[in-house]
Amino acid sequence: MKNESLTTENLLRSDAMQRIMALSALIVLIIGFSIASPYFRTFDNMVGILLATSVNGVLALGATFVIITAGIDLSVGTVMTFSAVMTGVFITNMGIPIPLGVIGGILAGSFAGFSNGIMVSRMKIPPFIATLGMLYITKGLSLVISGLKPIYFNDTPLFREMAMGSIIGKVIPGLEVPNAVLILFGAAFLAHIILTRTILGRYTFAMGSNEEATRLSGVNVIAWKTAVYTLAGFFSGVGGILIAARLNSAQPALGAGYELDAIAAVVIGGTSLSGGEGSISGTIIGAFIISILTNGLRILSVPQEWQIVITGGIVIGAVFLDILRRRR
Amino acid sequence: MSEALIKMEGIDKRFPGVLALDQCEFELCAGEVHALVGENGAGKSTLMKIIGGIYRKDAGKIYLNGSEINVTNPRMAQDLGISIVHQELNLMPHLTVAQNIFIGREPRKQIPFMMDDKTANQGAKLLFDKLNLNLDPETKIANLTIAKQQMVEIAKALSFNAKILIMDEPTAALTDTEIEDLFTIIKQLRKNGVGIIHISHRLEELKLIADRVSVMRDGRMIDTLLTEEASIDKIISLMVGRTIYESEPELPENPSQEVVLDVRHLNRGKALRDVSFDIKKGEIVGFAGLMGAGRTEVARAIFGADGFSSGEIYIKGQSVQVKTPKDAVAYGIGYLSEDRKRYGLALGMDITENTSMACMGKFLRNLIWVDFKGTISKTKQVVEKLNIKTPKISQKVKFLSGGNQQKVVIGKWLTADTDILIFDEPTRGIDVGAKSEIYKLLNDLAERGKSIIMISSELPEILRMSHRVVVMCEGRVTGILSAHEMTQEKIMKLATMRNNKNQQNQIKVN
Repeated sequence: MKNESLTTENLLRSDAMQRIMALSALIVLIIGFSIASPYFRTFDNMVGILLATSVNGVLALGATFVIITAGIDLSVGTVMTFSAVMTGVFITNMGIPIPLGVIGGILAGSFAGFSNGIMVSRMKIPPFIATLGMLYITKGLSLVISGLKPIYFNDTPLFREMAMGSIIGKVIPGLEVPNAVLILFGAAFLAHIILTRTILGRYTFAMGSNEEATRLSGVNVIAWKTAVYTLAGFFSGVGGILIAARLNSAQPALGAGYELDAIAAVVIGGTSLSGGEGSISGTIIGAFIISILTNGLRILSVPQEWQIVITGGIVIGAVFLDILRRRR
Repeated sequence: MSEALIKMEGIDKRFPGVLALDQCEFELCAGEVHALVGENGAGKSTLMKIIGGIYRKDAGKIYLNGSEINVTNPRMAQDLGISIVHQELNLMPHLTVAQNIFIGREPRKQIPFMMDDKTANQGAKLLFDKLNLNLDPETKIANLTIAKQQMVEIAKALSFNAKILIMDEPTAALTDTEIEDLFTIIKQLRKNGVGIIHISHRLEELKLIADRVSVMRDGRMIDTLLTEEASIDKIISLMVGRTIYESEPELPENPSQEVVLDVRHLNRGKALRDVSFDIKKGEIVGFAGLMGAGRTEVARAIFGADGFSSGEIYIKGQSVQVKTPKDAVAYGIGYLSEDRKRYGLALGMDITENTSMACMGKFLRNLIWVDFKGTISKTKQVVEKLNIKTPKISQKVKFLSGGNQQKVVIGKWLTADTDILIFDEPTRGIDVGAKSEIYKLLNDLAERGKSIIMISSELPEILRMSHRVVVMCEGRVTGILSAHEMTQEKIMKLATMRNNKNQQNQIKVN
């Protein structure tokens, strides 16, 4: 028997490879932009990048779980908006205390995710269709509930402070990293533990790898798949809190398009759309590649339209590299 | 044999439009290997899935150790000590061996939801030691050979301390030595009092392993016999319900000397190494070898599905470039994949659409209009000629049995009227009756001047059908034998010739 696990060829094909490539790309981008523009490497800009990544990063965490099950969640962006609007309703309109309002907002997102899960697992609606429907439903509900107008958090400055203040800055003066960034990394750590250490994570991979085999092994696939979509809704809820705090308002018209950035981050990070493989670290790297690219190109005065075109190229390139890697 | 471990009485199962099981009786004793045979669609797997809690019975009773049970889901069956190794491997390729074995009952840590993979790995190791298996618990399933994956499945089934082990065609994908290993394990289990239900199409192996044989046909249990009293002919006649003409070699007349396909020095990495052979008009050339010997790779290279790095292909003396399957079809080559469901058929389409797929051009008028009348009349001919059993030609292919699906694939290439046909495991997973029909068909085709490459892992089939046999090992042709010199022993010897030096030992005939 040959020892098959240690050859270079196997390393090249391993799913770690995509992450290594993504990380290298990220480093190249950072070095490249730093050389091209002194402003890019300033502390303020770095904080700006981190902050800009926080919302998309958190949304992408949930999308990672769904995509590893070989599903897709198109509703993460509008569920985020829905959560933000609900948070606004709870805190501003109803005067509920901030912590309860925040929990309520996250629960609203989780409920939308739970509904996705029921539609996909129990009603057997294809994930693309079920979550597309949820995209419209939450988009519409956000507009209906808010009466088409933004809900501001002017009376509750602490709400904004929660994400935009800096606990680190208080401990180490000068290092004013907003809490939103801490929340992103905290959420990522949580997601990583769930994915790699808990049975939910194990079944996420198992269902993506071979759902029927998982079912025949006595795993309650319906319940666990529902849990996966609920988790995606939960992270969308966290994203909703972050964006509402950042904008100091719940903007009901926002949200569509965010799901695509989230999926792009997941894919660039090496999670396979056909299911069974993927990682949180890859997704975070993917999210940073997108926001650094956007930030760097803006600093270099590349028009925003072109930034979008380039992001598209990167997504296609990343997936193509992944396909090359798998090919004999 | 003691009292019944499991007993089934009057089991009925109805699927939309069919009565899949009709008043089935079945009995298994502790320490018994009970073989279950029958043609495809006879209801063997359905009956087993009812024991395993995957399907629910519509009528009848099941007794376990004398008390009635009602199994409603796979988990419950496992808890009762009933484990199934399914026909299709049911593993998660992205997970490790240990993760697969313990799926659904992962060892936990104190903290809720947290898994303890270390304990799982140790548990798997212990299990393998007990079964004398050489497997690493931390290898990913995708990196294992099919045979090893099968072993993982069996180990998994046994890890439930199963009292009843159901194996649905466990040997279909195994080589002879692997089958021996499997039988050693089965015998050991039998000694420990496990009752084993063994579903198989390989009747000759039943003699080696089974105590009793039950035969099913059309959803009914026909008979249960003691193996020592049952001849293979008897079993076959019970299975098909009629006597089918049996197996003396049925070679058609010698083919002509006109070389139709000449393959020279084909190379591609490790998969193909200097592969050369030819095939004459009206000839059936068997391709023998172990799994992974490169036979399918040769077929796919000739068919333009995978390409090759060096070598030449001549068709009727002309050097040709076959870059894509489209080229191959244009040069008159047809390929019938071993995995017909994935590569041979559009399962959701009907028979007519499938048979006309490889030659739509023939049915086009003015380049864009499909001549539906033409496709239908042609398909009617094909269905009649190949004796495809179907209520109507607009039947979706997925509703046909395995043997009839295979005939549709053959019909596709007959419609395309290609001169060279490559059959990759044409009878895999096909029952005895349909098998002999397919053999007859191959002979007819050869007699009509078609040249046939038949890749097969079943040596009796190779011996029975081929004018010549090409034997491969590790991507090389290790020998070419003519009909009068081929024996099982010679072929096996060539198939295991793993040395580079042996190339000069090739036996060339003609």
